[in-house]
This record gives sequence, structure tokens and C-alpha cells, in this order.
Amino acid sequence: MLEPFQFDFFVRGIIATTLVGALCGLLGVYIVLRRMAYIGHGLAHATFGGAVISYLMSFNFLLGASLWGFLSALLITLTARRATIHSDAAIGIITTASFALGVALISRFRSFTRSIEAALFGNILGVTTGDLLVIGSVAIVAFVIILAGYKFFLFTAFDQDVARFYGVPTGWVDTMFSLILAAVIVASMQVMGVTLIAAAIVIPPVIARLLTDNFRMMMILSITISALCGCFGIYISFFIDVSSGASVVLLSALVFVVVLGVTSLRSGRVTGRSFTGGV
Amino acid sequence: MLHPTPHERRGSTPIIRLDAVHAGYSALLVLENVDLTVMAGDFVGILGPSGSGKTTLLRTILGATRLYQGDVTVRGASTTRRIPRAGYVPQLETIDWTFPVTVEEVVLMGRTTKSPLMPWHSGEDRRMARDMLERLGIDHLRKRQISHLSGGQQQRAFLARALVSSPDLLLLDEPTRGVDIKTRDEVMHLLHDLNHQGITILMTTHEINTVAVHLPWLICVNGRIIAEGPPAEVINEDVLLRTYGAVMPVIEYHGMPLVAERPHAASFRRGASATEGAPNDPGTMTERHEHGNHSPRGRSGRAAHGTDGPPHRDA
Ligand SMILES: Nc1ncnc2c1ncn2[C@@H]1O[C@H](COP(=O)(O)OP(=O)(O)OP(=O)(O)O)[C@@H](O)[C@H]1O
Ligand SMILES: [Mg+2]
Repeated sequence: MLEPFQFDFFVRGIIATTLVGALCGLLGVYIVLRRMAYIGHGLAHATFGGAVISYLMSFNFLLGASLWGFLSALLITLTARRATIHSDAAIGIITTASFALGVALISRFRSFTRSIEAALFGNILGVTTGDLLVIGSVAIVAFVIILAGYKFFLFTAFDQDVARFYGVPTGWVDTMFSLILAAVIVASMQVMGVTLIAAAIVIPPVIARLLTDNFRMMMILSITISALCGCFGIYISFFIDVSSGASVVLLSALVFVVVLGVTSLRSGRVTGRSFTGGV
Repeated sequence: MLHPTPHERRGSTPIIRLDAVHAGYSALLVLENVDLTVMAGDFVGILGPSGSGKTTLLRTILGATRLYQGDVTVRGASTTRRIPRAGYVPQLETIDWTFPVTVEEVVLMGRTTKSPLMPWHSGEDRRMARDMLERLGIDHLRKRQISHLSGGQQQRAFLARALVSSPDLLLLDEPTRGVDIKTRDEVMHLLHDLNHQGITILMTTHEINTVAVHLPWLICVNGRIIAEGPPAEVINEDVLLRTYGAVMPVIEYHGMPLVAERPHAASFRRGASATEGAPNDPGTMTERHEHGNHSPRGRSGRAAHGTDGPPHRDA
């Protein structure tokens, strides 16, 4: 059972996915609660365009993609704040156009198809020690900021409008969040792939929400579930030989179905789950 | 229910000032030409039918609506520059009840900026939250998710959030809605007490007889300020007709005005258009729709028409 751990690439990969899982679980809580699920999806696609462009211009890939992602995230959160019917359409346009730009550039300059496939679908074989360092640093920074600003992020997520009247600098909170989100997406791209990041961000917090009514518990559960799915998803993918990102997402989806089944059975049988939260 | 000691209206410093304010939302002008001064220490009730702009007025004071014209200053600073701080209790309809937070977590939100460098709430924050929940009689519910409460308990939870932020200004949107008689009296007593401690309070209400007439100062709103003054001056048939567009007989009871409601009075003329099932004059609907489509420039161009608009025409 420990056989895969003989390989360095596997050890690096499993550390990477566990970290990425924890990160996605952390940010996902806010994304799901603020009903911005489509933002993770859109942003991942938008970032892809930035990645391709920086690759083509021989600009630092991480920096270029992060910057591009951050700008898109900012644009998206700004658009999302206006509660007009057109905002998701606008987001759809911004992000898919950016994605299409990436695809167009690739088909025009067919020089780097392999790393592009990794960016699209995720590939743990390619995780280098350098990548690991990047993912680790992003994880530390993201956790420190989100935990340090816990009160601010919570109030903003709950009621952005009213939070302003209580002195919460919601503009800064949003900007900070967009910055972290962009960094996390770029760091996760190699492991999860653009097309699967959205699922990795959304599924764990939804599972956690089914299990608790308490915000802090939801956060802890989401991070834990997401990290475990990342870890075991990779482990399984080694044996059944499927793409790492797909394996992680399928595992989380399976957990979701099981939890959904169990919780609805329970609430159907008794008078409903206890309001104090907890599992 | 009346507080034993009389209120001192009109302190010396204005805390809120609206000067010829036209405000609303993008493409919808809700408030026209509002002049309003609230002094520090005032306790003001805002009356008006559904959709008349009560919430919009509160939000305009907080700089959270679109200001088409005029100036709003709170504590001497313009709201266009900075959002003023206040203990705001939103109308319960606007809350996201599915959000996984407990009563205690909601109350602690009121302490968010008290120790900004500490990631968690301090012991003092928690003590204050507990004390406030106890004072409002919902301490035993503090671990419950907010949707698992009755309307009155929810109301008090959000009032507690406002109060733990130690505000000098409280803006309450229908704080007595959905509350039983005893709790309502308790909430009103608490508010009177807070006002006596020097906190300025503005609250909206639909309850004229049981809440509004006990407040020292009332503002009647319907797209503009119809009347302003102590209840004895404001609650009369003329003002009520212009505010609610309905004939509401007023009688005097122990020296206080009392509105004798006639539930089937079909004389709705304006306002109340947002109330489902209210007997609506189709003409008023068209008119409100028209408001929405006019640009603010166009509206102000029709100011002359505006001054003898529907509410006044009825008078
Ligand atoms: N966010 C918004 N965007 C656009 N229009 C709005 C918004 N909120 C309110 N309105 C409109 O502004 C008008 C005034 O609404 P407001 O909420 O101020 O009424 P209200 O007096 O508080 O009513 P109620 O007693 O039902 O709470 C209404 O016509 C309403 O449809
Ligand atoms: Mg309202």
C-alpha cells in the first residue's frame, strides 16, 4: 500500500494536492456562502488566458497569470456587487473570452501543448520542488490573511451592505479576497487543472454546510474534507491511472452524494438535525 | 409604555442633516426634496406606507443609496466622502437566513472593528455579547442558527448586534415587526432607556397607535416628507390622508391621538401600491412606473408638477 511513496514525484504530488485541497476548501466557504460559485469557475478560465499570454511573452508564468487572474477577479467582484441581472452574463463574457484567447493563442503557436494540457486538466507528475514551494507559500499567506481577518471576512460574507455601516472596510476585504483567490487558482492550476478547480472549490464547502449550521465548524470541515479528498484522490489515481484533478473531484463528488444521502435520511427520520451544529 | 421622564427634544448639535436631498436607486428616484435635521439625542419615528421610502431614507442617511441631488451630512461629515458609522438593524426580510451563523456569532459581528488586529473576538467582546443577549432575554438561544428563532427573537438578536457596537446613533428598520405585545413593550422600553443615555435613535414603524404615538418626534414620509413633529401635531386625518392616501379617522384617548382603522376603506390614492392585494387605483400604478423611467434630470425639471403631485392634490 505504501508502494507509491517510493517515488519522489508522487510524494511531491500528494503534498501539493493536499495543500491545494485545503486552500480550495478554505476559500470555497466564502465563495459558496456569498453565492459566487460561478466566480471560481470563471476565474479559473480567465486565468488560463493570462497563463498562455505570459508563457508566450516569456514573462514569469506565475506572476503573469496571477496578475491577470487578480484583475479578472477584481472585475468580477465589482460587477457582482451590482445586483443587476446582467452581472453573470458580463462575467461569462469576460472569463470565457479570456479563456478563448488562451486557446486561440495555443492553436496559433503550437509549441507547448504538453504543459497546456496540464494547465487544463491537471498533472501531478510535473510537480517540481519549486512548484511545491510556490504552493506552500501561497497556502501560508492565504491562511494567515483569512484567519487574521476572520471577523471581517465573516461579516462581509454575511451582509456586505450592513458591514459597511459597522465600519468594516468591505472594499478592502473584497480586494484582498480577489487577490488571494487569484493566487490560489494559479497555484492550483498545475495540480487541479483549470477545468476542475471550480468543482474543487465548490464541493467541499457544500458538503460541510450539509453537516453543520455553525460557521467556524463549516470552515474546519470544509478544509479538512477538501484536503483529505486531495490526498486520497491522488492516492487512488496512482492505482487506477486517471488524471489527478479528475480523481480528486470525483472523490469529493462521491463524498457529497454519501453525505447528502445520510443527512437527508437522518432529517427525514427524526425531527431534523440539531440546531447546535456539529456532525 | 410611556417612559416616565419626558424626552428632551432638540439638543444643541445636529447629528444628521439632509439638505434638499433627492435620492433613490439607479433609474429610480424614491425621495424628493427631503430636508431633515436630527439633533444628537433625538428619538425619531418614521411613518409611511409600504414602498414610501422609509428604508431608503435610513439608507440615504448612511450614504448607501444613490444621491441625485443635495447633501447628506452625518456628524458634520458628508456621506459621499465616508460611510458613517451607526448601529443599523436591517429589515428582517433582507437577511440571508440560510447563512450558517449562530445568534452569538451574529451579535459578535457588532464587535468586529473593536480590536481589529486580533483575529478572534476578545473575552470582553464575548462578555458584552452575553450581557446584551441576557438583557434582551435570548441568552439561552445563543448557540442556535439564526433561522431557528421566532420573529421576535430574530429581531432582538439583530438589535443586540447593533447595541454591542456601542453606537451613538441607532437606525432601526421596523424593530417591532413580528413581535408580541409584551416583547414590543420591552423593546420600546429598552430603546427609550438607551435614548435617555444619550443615544440618537431613528426607527421606522407601521404601528401608529402602539409605537409611533409614544415617540417624542415623528416624520411622515411618502416620497417626500409630508409632515414632521410630535405625535399630537402630526397624527391627524389630514396628514394621514396625505401620507397613506386613505381616510383614517383620528380620535383622542387620554390626551393621545388614536387612529381608528377602517380596514376596508377603499380610498387608497397613492402609496400602498407595494402592498399586495391592497385596493389599488390603476392610475397610481402608472404613475409610479413613470417615476421609475424618468431620469433624475427629467424629474427635477418637473418639480413644479411634483409639488402638487398626488399626495397634495388629495389634501
Ligand atoms: N435596492 C433597490 N433597488 C431598486 N429599487 C429599490 C430598492 N430597494 C427599494 N426600492 C424601491 O424603492 C421604493 C422605496 O422602497 P423602500 O424600501 O424605501 O420602502 P419602505 O417604505 O421601506 O417600504 P416597507 O414598509 O415595505 O419596508 C420602492 O418603490 C422600492 O420598490
Ligand atoms: Mg422598508
